[in-house]
Amino acid sequence: MATLKQLAKREERFVSGHRLCPGCGAGLIARMVMLAIEKPVIVGNATGCLEVASTIFPYSSWNVPWVHSAFENVSASLSGVEAAYRSLKKQGKIDEDVVFVAFGGDGGTYDIGLQSLSGAAERGHKMLYVCYNNQAYMNTGVQRSSATSKGAHTSTSPVGKAIPGKGQFPKDLASIMVAHNIPYVATSIPGRWNDLVNKVEKAVSFNGFTFIDVLSPCRLGWPHEPSITMEIARLAAETCIWPLYEVVEGKYRLTFRPKEKKPITEWFKLQRRFAHLLKPENQPLLEEIQKEVDTKWEALLKKCEG
Amino acid sequence: MGDKKTGWKELPEGDILEGGSSLKFKTGNWRNRRPVHILDKCIHCFICWISCPDNAVRVDSEAGKFKEFDYDYCKGCGICAHECPTQAIEMVDEQEAEK
Repeated sequence: MATLKQLAKREERFVSGHRLCPGCGAGLIARMVMLAIEKPVIVGNATGCLEVASTIFPYSSWNVPWVHSAFENVSASLSGVEAAYRSLKKQGKIDEDVVFVAFGGDGGTYDIGLQSLSGAAERGHKMLYVCYNNQAYMNTGVQRSSATSKGAHTSTSPVGKAIPGKGQFPKDLASIMVAHNIPYVATSIPGRWNDLVNKVEKAVSFNGFTFIDVLSPCRLGWPHEPSITMEIARLAAETCIWPLYEVVEGKYRLTFRPKEKKPITEWFKLQRRFAHLLKPENQPLLEEIQKEVDTKWEALLKKCEG
Repeated sequence: MGDKKTGWKELPEGDILEGGSSLKFKTGNWRNRRPVHILDKCIHCFICWISCPDNAVRVDSEAGKFKEFDYDYCKGCGICAHECPTQAIEMVDEQEAEK
């Protein structure tokens, strides 16, 4: 794996001047993913924060060919681009080895883009799909998505007398992607750069569809202090609400085991969307969420041992 | 109807933006706090460089040394100061620093 000083010698492919919020997790993820790849890259981007903030007319923050698509079809658009390159190669018109990377938020991946994602994975296009998962529709005003944590306050699951935030646990998208029998699926965070860079390097080495779900702290929607973006991502891994693992050819492997598994309150207390969960009247809900995190973690450990 | 359909080669091109052109858009004026480097404490580990969502930390990659903050783009989020293992970055009020 590349060291920081080796990475610093590479060309920046996601450059300054984008208009993501100060301290945005998606900016970190885009930079790290692009630094991890040395070969020529073509990027596709679903509608979302990253897309609208990095390509405000007439500027682009992408130093590589980049294609805009709608909310639901980045996987389909990039499938077409990848197939075109495959054809050109077969015709002998190009001989370059090109890496294809799709970026989508949780809205464009878990919800709106799920069918095109599934289609591209099933057809086995050679591309890496990176979901920068900030757990809600942050770009349009913090509406809940199927990736939003249970109990989180969003503008469409507002905390009040009627409900204590979102009522459902998040969708387990990594498992859905594993069920597509693709060669590589992983979860990651921008808080441990080596974890993310390593997984991207690995993912693009496979000849097929690969998927990395990266938790992307959102200082606007979670909200949290902008300076703790990386720390809060690490805390998600240390509390096991966002475990770090990879699934290579169907085989699970834990890539980070916390020295001491912290209670989820450690993660919740830094985000205003969970502030109500720390009140005494919501103790049963808090316990229910902790229990679910524990159960999922135990199940994951079993999969990694098996 | 009945007219010959326009082929894709005759259609006007969509908007194609120049790669990396957002460098012309300076985001430094968003900042209300700025990172200040304390050379004595710096171990040149490049953690600040990889921790910047705006790529506003300049390093000398050949010499392996921290160079400077690029205040043209730094939005003042303070991740670099928070992540620095040796507290070699201090966040100071922008207006104070301007004086």
